[in-house]
Amino acid sequence: MALAHLRSKLRFGGLAGAGLLLLISRPATAHLLSTGMGPVYDSIVHFLLSPEYVAPVVGLALLAGLRGPDHGRWALFAVTGAWLVGAGLGSAPGSGIMASFVTAGTCLVLGVFIAADLRIPLMLTVILATAVGFLMGAMDAAAQGPALRMNGVLGICATVFVLMALATSLIVPLRILWLRIAVRVAGSWLAALGLLLVGWALRAR
Amino acid sequence: MRKLWRQLSWFLPLLACTTAAQAHIQAGEGGGFLSGLKHPVSGLDHIVAMVSVGLWGAQLGKPAIWLLPVTFPMVMAIGGFLGLIGVPLPGVEIGIALAAILLGAMVLFEARLPLAVAAVLVAIFAIFHGYAHGAELPPGENGLLYSLGFVMATGLLHGCGILIGLIHRWPWGQRALRVTGAGVLATGGVFLWHSLT
Repeated sequence: MALAHLRSKLRFGGLAGAGLLLLISRPATAHLLSTGMGPVYDSIVHFLLSPEYVAPVVGLALLAGLRGPDHGRWALFAVTGAWLVGAGLGSAPGSGIMASFVTAGTCLVLGVFIAADLRIPLMLTVILATAVGFLMGAMDAAAQGPALRMNGVLGICATVFVLMALATSLIVPLRILWLRIAVRVAGSWLAALGLLLVGWALRAR
Repeated sequence: MRKLWRQLSWFLPLLACTTAAQAHIQAGEGGGFLSGLKHPVSGLDHIVAMVSVGLWGAQLGKPAIWLLPVTFPMVMAIGGFLGLIGVPLPGVEIGIALAAILLGAMVLFEARLPLAVAAVLVAIFAIFHGYAHGAELPPGENGLLYSLGFVMATGLLHGCGILIGLIHRWPWGQRALRVTGAGVLATGGVFLWHSLT
């Protein structure tokens, strides 16, 4: 009986405490109604809805994944780190980058390498990953301007890291011939996309 | 790994059924992707040529079965590039019709050309098809999304051809493929007639 009474008191106390906490709570800054989704999630959504950034990252993951786990690991850290540096430098005033040609050229080079299944050395993979990360990061920062905050850059870098890790981990274990060929076909699509983008960019000028 | 692929395969039909999300932040870009996706399947001349490439590749076997579909989009993009920047290419419609006729003939006769010759032949046809696509691209579309949809649709048509071509392992399938080749050849003949008159 005494135990039941104690439990009832504790329950009431818990509810009262929760009610008090509700009274003193402040608006959640991550809430949709107050600030959109917040800089981190805004940047993540911005990245995922921007095929001009997603396509080169996926292409890099396909290339590194085809070449094996070592290439995948190095590319994963190189692209993320370079993106962070590129975003930091790209947001500085005066950095002008021909965005369309950068995306087109990146897709074209990566796509040709994937389609041809070139056995590139590890160093070249790292250089490509660094270049892609730096250029894309700088391009995005220049496009977003002062609206892009450090939180947002970190959100994008985390997304790039997760996307690269997931895509590479899907490709690395592929041993069945036709699955590897499917990746190479995807590479040829990426190369075609890059070439068409060059045409679009020239047409727009 | 196999389980993962099986689970992913469940989502593919769902992806095929999706429409443009109107609530997206970048509203309107879905139109570019969808119109690019629809463009290659909007004309019978393109469809028969793309599917025939897959059929012929399946008849030739490895490595043509994958080399031709890898070659086609890349070279087609060169044609698309020329069309986009406005480089004149005469006789495009005739070239497209001839592509259907010759590809149909290759499938009909199960022509076993050397791999390099087959790749060059397909590449020449791809130039004409790509040029027609590039020259017809509607202004105001999102270039990247349009191109993405356009390349994916072309590749998927090749995939359809390859999947159909897998019936080549059976004798009845070989006959059916030859009949299909004859149909493609006849369709190409009709297109040639229309382009000349």
